[in-house]
Amino acid sequence: MNELLAIIEQEPFFEDMAPEHRRLLAACAAKRSYTAGTRLMRDHEPTETFWLIREGQVALESPLREGSVAFQTLGPGDILGWSWLLPPYRASYDARAVTDVHTLRFDAGVLRERMEADPTFGYVLMKHFAALIVQRLQAARLQALDIYSHGGSEHGH
Amino acid sequence: MHVMAPQAVDTLIRLLSGDGYEVVGPTRRDGAIVYDRVGGLDDLPVGWTDEQAPGHYRLRERDDDALFGYVVGPHSWKKYLFPPEETLFRLTRQPDGSFVTEPGESHVPPRAFIGMRACELAAIDVQDRVFLGQAVQDRGYAARRRDLFMVAVSCAEPGGTCFCASMDTGPRARKGFDLALTEVIDATQHFLVAEAGSDAGRAMLDRLEPRPASDTEQTAAERVWAEAPEKMGRQMPGDAREVLNRAFEHPRWEETAERCLSCSNCTLVCPTCFCSQVEEVPDLEGQRTERVRRWDSCFNQEHSHLVGGPHRESVAARYRQWITHKLATWHDQFGTSGCVGCGRCITWCPVGIDITEEVTAVRRDPEGRG
Amino acid sequence: MATDAAATLPDQAMAPQAWRIHSVRRDVASNEVFSWTLYPEPGVELDAAPAPGQFNMLYLFGVGEVPISVSAITDDGGIVHTIRAVGSVTRSMQDLEAGAVIGLRGPFGTAWPLEQARGRDLVLVAGGIGLAPLRPVIHAALQRRSEFGRVVVCYGARSPGDMIFRDELDAWEARDDVDLRITVDRGTAAWRGNVGVVTQLVDRGGFDRRNTLAMICGPEVMMRFTASALERRGLKPEDIFVSMERNMRCAVGFCGHCQIGSHFVCRDGPVFPYPVMEPAFRIREL
Repeated sequence: MNELLAIIEQEPFFEDMAPEHRRLLAACAAKRSYTAGTRLMRDHEPTETFWLIREGQVALESPLREGSVAFQTLGPGDILGWSWLLPPYRASYDARAVTDVHTLRFDAGVLRERMEADPTFGYVLMKHFAALIVQRLQAARLQALDIYSHGGSEHGH
Repeated sequence: MHVMAPQAVDTLIRLLSGDGYEVVGPTRRDGAIVYDRVGGLDDLPVGWTDEQAPGHYRLRERDDDALFGYVVGPHSWKKYLFPPEETLFRLTRQPDGSFVTEPGESHVPPRAFIGMRACELAAIDVQDRVFLGQAVQDRGYAARRRDLFMVAVSCAEPGGTCFCASMDTGPRARKGFDLALTEVIDATQHFLVAEAGSDAGRAMLDRLEPRPASDTEQTAAERVWAEAPEKMGRQMPGDAREVLNRAFEHPRWEETAERCLSCSNCTLVCPTCFCSQVEEVPDLEGQRTERVRRWDSCFNQEHSHLVGGPHRESVAARYRQWITHKLATWHDQFGTSGCVGCGRCITWCPVGIDITEEVTAVRRDPEGRG
Repeated sequence: MATDAAATLPDQAMAPQAWRIHSVRRDVASNEVFSWTLYPEPGVELDAAPAPGQFNMLYLFGVGEVPISVSAITDDGGIVHTIRAVGSVTRSMQDLEAGAVIGLRGPFGTAWPLEQARGRDLVLVAGGIGLAPLRPVIHAALQRRSEFGRVVVCYGARSPGDMIFRDELDAWEARDDVDLRITVDRGTAAWRGNVGVVTQLVDRGGFDRRNTLAMICGPEVMMRFTASALERRGLKPEDIFVSMERNMRCAVGFCGHCQIGSHFVCRDGPVFPYPVMEPAFRIREL
């Protein structure tokens, strides 16, 4: 538990959180490792979990895309999974370990109950996840813009 | 203070020609007063004046024989110092695939400019800073600028689109000339007051054999200088730079863009606009080619060409670029306003967009609430 | 009134000088990106050696001139330029082979502030062909490796096939004193690396927020979001530098085409401190 708390305290994602909120998170966390090729999430399946990736790489893949080509990869420091936050609590893509992956795995079902019971905690965690989702959304937009295609130029950009 | 008869201008032109100068001055052509070669007083628009208003220019005969009874026309001296087209380099292919580069500039005769207005002296100072005041100097400009003999005229009757008084560049010629003339004309008298501004000017003035001004003549000249600033057709707000520096997102630019034809007239008649582009002009055999510089305008879409498309695609952005550069960012670049208050851009705009009115409108409504 | 304008003008600033293409390297399957190693013809000499970040005007006889950043500087007076064939001039240049003579004038503009990075972590973020203008600064930093803290090189490309200088990227990858991070916007089945925008490489940190200098080169939107990501990581805006792209023609502040607000990109840039260019990212069509 103290070890988990120490890990959480060092992660930028949990920065600015009150000590009691970090303790709540640590209480729902466990260290988990996955070998390369493991599927952590499967599109459309119920999910009551999110992960903090500590080592290794995870690929997010949409089964709709041919040959399951990754549309995004996550690495150390990244959070995987937010489907647990909102109904219907189902994953919207596949997540596959590209390498061996070491994580903190959070029991989101329990966390969600805590968030309902303690709206201050609920608001803080929701805010952190909202910021994360916005960041991912912006990144997806940039990706969709295909910025390197006409980029550049005669001057060498 | 020295006084000369109007006829002295004829002598001046002939003396300068005799000294080897190509003498250029105002002359009447195609319904406008333009700058061209002059051989004597007869070539000047004696007895003519101009009516100027936004999008409006018309010559009219005066009821006197004033030599300089008009203001500035569509031309400026820029066309001589920074010509509309200039071959910068001629390159020749060598047998080994290499090439030789030679300057394209041919010999330029020393020139004398007659009848330069105070705003035009200021405009040359502005272009000097662009072409001579940066790390690299423009060789052609420097050559043409050298050995110039400049005869200024202080404006007695500013025009309808003039606003040099509010730009602090005129109407009296105070510096940057070899000779400056002030014309005094009324029912009883017609003479020129002459001042020298350089050694060359003093030497020339001596040869014109002026006489000292009497007290009444001096008073008459001083009245011209005192009254001219009151006759300005327009005025630029003194804080134009600050106003524009806060107005990048002002809705006024969209409104102005609905009228602006993006025709680039304003930049062509402007005596300080310096944008240019260089074109490659190869011969048919591909053995010789020239790098030819031509005036360009920030109103042309290709001016802001980038690979993905022009950076300033909208007319609003191009108008904003022009006016903001002219009145605000020019200060940061060259330590002076890029506008000298000559009013040409107002007169020659086909739809009469008025630079002073644009600034005034933004100033009146800085937030653009309408 | 006569001026004292100096008769001795640095003509070299305006006139193309003859340089010979020593070798051509072609990157990217489409051959759209190519690099020339250039040496001056006899009698041709630059006023100053180009510094990383600066650009030259490259000229093709009978065709025209384009501004191209320096992509590498060799020890023996050669200059490498990496060019993407996207316009009429660069497309004509695309077909030239070793031995051909082109025109060159320069160097122009501002350089990357490598000296300011001494004793600090260095973060270099390149997008697309923006790797080319950052290459000489990476070379210089690696040559003087001990003078800097951590060296983080982030590179974002459209797809694995669009990456340039792959051999060099592999060499940097193999070094344990460079933290090389690569991502592509679109992966392939064979691609084992990162997928996602280049900003997420910055989001992973790995540098001292209080003591880092960052240099960014790529499309404007990429530089804007990368600068924001670096700020989010705690970097001060003044420790971030960007290289701007505008229609540079004369390269010396005469022709007016490359203005961004008060700045001539050719003269005052192309490398600018981020706070100076921040308005240009924010104000449309500035």
